[in-house]
Amino acid sequence: MNALRFYVNDHLVEESAVSPTTTLLYYLREKLGLFATKEGCNEGDCGACTVAIVDAMAPGGPKFRAINSCLVLLPMVQGKRVYTAEGLATGDDLHEVQKRLAEGFGSQCGYCTPGVVMSMFEAAYREDLDEDWKLDDQMCGNLCRCTGYKPIYDATREVAGTRPEGRFRDVLEKAEASPMTLTYEHGAQRYFTPDSFEALWDVLEDHPTARLVSGGTDLSLEVSKQFKILPLLVSVEGLDALRRLAVDGDTLFIGATARLADVEDVTAERWQPIHRMLRFFGARQIKNRATIGGNLCTASPIGDMGPILVALGATAHLGSREGSRSMSVQDFLVGYRQTALQPSEILTHVTVPAIPATARCVAYKVSKRQELDISAVSAGLYVELDEANTVTLARLSFGGLSARPATRAAQAERALVGAQWTLESVERAAQSLKEDFNPISDHRGSSWYRSMVASNLLRGFFHETASGAVPALPYRPTATVNSFAGR
Amino acid sequence: MTHSQKTPLHRPAPHESCYLHVKGEARYVHDVPPPPGLLHAALVTSPVAHGRIVELDVSAARALPRVHAVLTAADVPGVNDCSAVIADEPLLADGEVHCCGQAIAVVVAESLADCRAAVAAVKLRVEALPAIFSSREAVAAGSYMNGVHIIERGDVQGALARCALRFSGEIETSGQEHFYLETHAALVLPEEGGTYKITSSTQHPSEVQANVAKVLGIPRNRIVVEVLRMGGGFGGKETQGAHLAAWAALAARHTGRPVECWMNRDQDMLFSGKRHPWYSRYEAGFDAHGVLQALDVFTVPNGGWSNDLSRAILDRCLFHIDNAYFIPHVRFEGRIARTNRPSNTAFRGFGAPQGVMIVEEVFNRAAEALGLDPAELRSRSFYRDDEEHNRTPYDFPLPGPRSQRIHEELMESSEYVARREALEAFNQRSPLVKRGIGYQPLKFGVSFTHSMLNQAGALVLIYSDGSVQLNHGGTEMGQGLHTKMMAVCAHELGVPMGRIRAMNTATDKVPNTSATAASAGTDLNGAAVHAACVTLLARLRPVAAKVLGVDVARAPDIAFADGQVYIPGESYETSFDAVVRRAYEDQVSLSSTGYYRTPNIKYDASIGRGKPFHYYAYGAAVSEVEVNLLTGEHRVLRTDILHDVGDSLVPSIDRGQIEGAFVQGLGWLSCEELVWNDKGFLLTHSPDSYKIPTIGNMPTDFRVELLQQATQPDVIHGSKAVGEPPFLLAISMVTALRHALASVRPGAAIELKVPCTPEAVLREIERLREAVTVQERQHELTT
Repeated sequence: MNALRFYVNDHLVEESAVSPTTTLLYYLREKLGLFATKEGCNEGDCGACTVAIVDAMAPGGPKFRAINSCLVLLPMVQGKRVYTAEGLATGDDLHEVQKRLAEGFGSQCGYCTPGVVMSMFEAAYREDLDEDWKLDDQMCGNLCRCTGYKPIYDATREVAGTRPEGRFRDVLEKAEASPMTLTYEHGAQRYFTPDSFEALWDVLEDHPTARLVSGGTDLSLEVSKQFKILPLLVSVEGLDALRRLAVDGDTLFIGATARLADVEDVTAERWQPIHRMLRFFGARQIKNRATIGGNLCTASPIGDMGPILVALGATAHLGSREGSRSMSVQDFLVGYRQTALQPSEILTHVTVPAIPATARCVAYKVSKRQELDISAVSAGLYVELDEANTVTLARLSFGGLSARPATRAAQAERALVGAQWTLESVERAAQSLKEDFNPISDHRGSSWYRSMVASNLLRGFFHETASGAVPALPYRPTATVNSFAGR
Repeated sequence: MTHSQKTPLHRPAPHESCYLHVKGEARYVHDVPPPPGLLHAALVTSPVAHGRIVELDVSAARALPRVHAVLTAADVPGVNDCSAVIADEPLLADGEVHCCGQAIAVVVAESLADCRAAVAAVKLRVEALPAIFSSREAVAAGSYMNGVHIIERGDVQGALARCALRFSGEIETSGQEHFYLETHAALVLPEEGGTYKITSSTQHPSEVQANVAKVLGIPRNRIVVEVLRMGGGFGGKETQGAHLAAWAALAARHTGRPVECWMNRDQDMLFSGKRHPWYSRYEAGFDAHGVLQALDVFTVPNGGWSNDLSRAILDRCLFHIDNAYFIPHVRFEGRIARTNRPSNTAFRGFGAPQGVMIVEEVFNRAAEALGLDPAELRSRSFYRDDEEHNRTPYDFPLPGPRSQRIHEELMESSEYVARREALEAFNQRSPLVKRGIGYQPLKFGVSFTHSMLNQAGALVLIYSDGSVQLNHGGTEMGQGLHTKMMAVCAHELGVPMGRIRAMNTATDKVPNTSATAASAGTDLNGAAVHAACVTLLARLRPVAAKVLGVDVARAPDIAFADGQVYIPGESYETSFDAVVRRAYEDQVSLSSTGYYRTPNIKYDASIGRGKPFHYYAYGAAVSEVEVNLLTGEHRVLRTDILHDVGDSLVPSIDRGQIEGAFVQGLGWLSCEELVWNDKGFLLTHSPDSYKIPTIGNMPTDFRVELLQQATQPDVIHGSKAVGEPPFLLAISMVTALRHALASVRPGAAIELKVPCTPEAVLREIERLREAVTVQERQHELTT
């Protein structure tokens, strides 16, 4: 058995006397007495608990990543370096992000501030924050009730990508991957992070009831909100092969544990609909931990990656000791919180084919608030056209409209296939769509709204793709659907 | 010799705690390192909205390990009440429960996990009784509390009969969760001889002290309440923080150990009262010139199960239905609905936003009916600086109303007229995206409407090294009150800001304080700080004369600025520190209290007449929105604000208040939606489902200007209150949305509900489009 071993603000922490499902937030505050990091919601929706970790294995080199410490269980930072707002100053010298935020009037009550500082800290070392909407994306996971955000936005814009001189540059340059592998027990609770598939299959065979975990942004809620005692967790974070994220010729390969923030980067050009969905998928802190594997394997009806992957005809690849097999993502998502996974089998990766020039494709997500919210409706819409402008293939996949994740709109598709790609046929399909679903009403939206929006998204899809096969993410869009070409 | 005339007044300054904030060193209640033996308190709460407790058996819970007490109403040694105004709010339910989440028992245990186990072990059976949830239901059932308030002038019915345009309607505004980032918390340390030290996240330490004393049955002098700072308050910690302190104090009294009562987000949102949802009926009349002549309003806030501050909130609503408009004939009648919701409470604006929404709905409907620019229409009814048009409905003549001036300046700087025309042209050629522009003026009365509360105290201590401790009765919740008080103190004593330390607010420094509320914190406490400093300076001047070696008769000529003490234009000069040292040696007292009460305010609610406010703040905003007709999603593209803060004490702080209040108002009117099930249980009790604005919700182009040459007489250094008024400016977004929607079906009456969630907007779009056929829609799409 191993001890938990990680660094907080460059001090080594070794711990073997706490539950493996202790959250990093709890540990920082209650065991280390580091009170900068706040509990504002314990569910990853406010950002007051934001800390930064060094991800030494990030694609393109080591990165700081802002994460929600309330959703991180201690074994998930095994071997890693964690920084909190207390750890940024060097002696009396504040870190540049702290100085800019303070002197730019960016704190009022100060409670969200340490979390804001840590998201800005990541921003300071990102080199790709070159557009305003990316700054929104970087900071939308930090709620502030006092300032109205303007000074926070302005301060972030000033520091983004500046890579301030000083010891944190060195931290990145000297960062080395350290193994996450771990066998940890405390009381009746156990946590395994195997470092080989053989070891993984062994664990799964010995413990058929084990829960698999990677980023933990969904599973940790059972600890942080429901106070469950989870007896046995098996993390797949230690398996390098699962993290692979690459473009292989015309195919996008997304390893099950690739971080969605990285998936967002790699899809910016050729898989723009995935990129666009990820803009509104969740906060930066969530995307820095969440994975495609987690999003698909939870098989939630409001999981946002399902619809666009189904629309794009993506393939799910499964692995077990017996070997591997594959199936469409659509077939993988069997039903409400149900996948095609057999016991002791895991999702290893997803492949996505190139989007042909003959295709039209967009992803949409509608929610009460555009950023950091759960879908009322999400959609992946895809058609292929022949030279005569006839629809030869239609995959219209929706989330939030039925219990099964990423459900295809069979009747609407039928109305389209073989028809001309015109407003008339789209309008017919939009009418048929109402027959495809009978959505529920809840606090995120009524049945009427979900139904109406689903049809309207199809209309918007036609409109938006009139001038291009795969429209790029609009600048700070008013709506999920960009129905105004003249911007 | 030149002397710097440096004063921190009227200059930008960062928040006094900003470096502590960014380093994470700023402490809040839940960050106080746990004292030895700390226990935690948690609540057993009502599972039903209204019911009779038929079984409450805590024996199994008491028997659990690490559980130190389970306390019920029977365990309250003093009075079982934790109310703000009238004794109608039992600290622990006794016999009957009136809302989901009402506290029934307190468990006290060694950890929060132990508390959860104890709560689960309490046997509770509640027999459900019929419940009332909305103001509408309360009106139908006649379920009211705490009287009626009527403000009446002229002959409303007669005037309405003469009006060229007359219409009636109903309007409902929704509740709003405060969502301070720091949830409620209190820490109680029992000290020697039956005394208690309480650290509380509260806007009103004196009320916490009073309520704990009442509950424990001990005099107030045995309790010291200290406020470090709050992680946001917004009114939500004006009264309701007292409950946590009282539960924890009760637990400390029974166990003899320190007890913390802290709520996680879900517990906080389920327990706490919100902004009052509000129901109103109105009838309005305009003359042939489009001037508002008569307004008859019946208005009913949803008070929840107890009064809390509902009566004062209703009063402020009635005082603000007129907003910036002179209305010759009015009748405003308000009653408070008693319902089975958590008791609704103070929230930035305190009834004024709900009152102003009524008259703005009236103006929007009138403008749409008359086909006029709603900004122009509004300006026709402004209060004017003449005897014919300056009297409020409660018959107080407004001194120098500033609405017209602000209107003119903002119309010009925002290019409102040209932009409105351009947007209408845009809408002609844009079938699926519409834009609109909206203008919102405001007038906001400043003072507690309960006149007695307009008093404050301060205690300034100068140490013999020349450093200063500043105490005052106000609390810091992020609004920058301490920064402003330090600026006032530094200015009066003539020392740099860095020599002053703003102390935690504590009831043993300044007694009998009013809540830090009503936007009046700076006015009241600033004047008290000023008074204390004037006393000290009067003592220091003769000493300074001695140090400077001039005749004591010249004491009045001596200047104190930026740490220097001198006679302007002459070579006599010394330092503040030297004068202070000499004062100590000469046995001169170096501490002083200061006291202030607002003069000449008095209102008689029984006749609806008087002067409830010391003065008024003014402002206006222009917002431009874009709406997507397919989803109902919308965004504020640009907001221009011109706001009147008098001569701003610290402009950077005031600007922060304006921006923050505006975006909070946007949240109230757009994405924040409280959803309850039919049993009265709040479904949206965490940020997962309750969405306050995030960074993308701020106006893309956000321009805030402070009104210049705006000195306010008889207020500390010519300044004005700022905390609440700009919240009202967010209503400009609603007016802008209506403008955008008007082009969906020109001429149709708009019935837009708030909050304007995407669903609410899409419903209105579809309602307006009903008559538009499929062919017409396709035609639109192709053109």
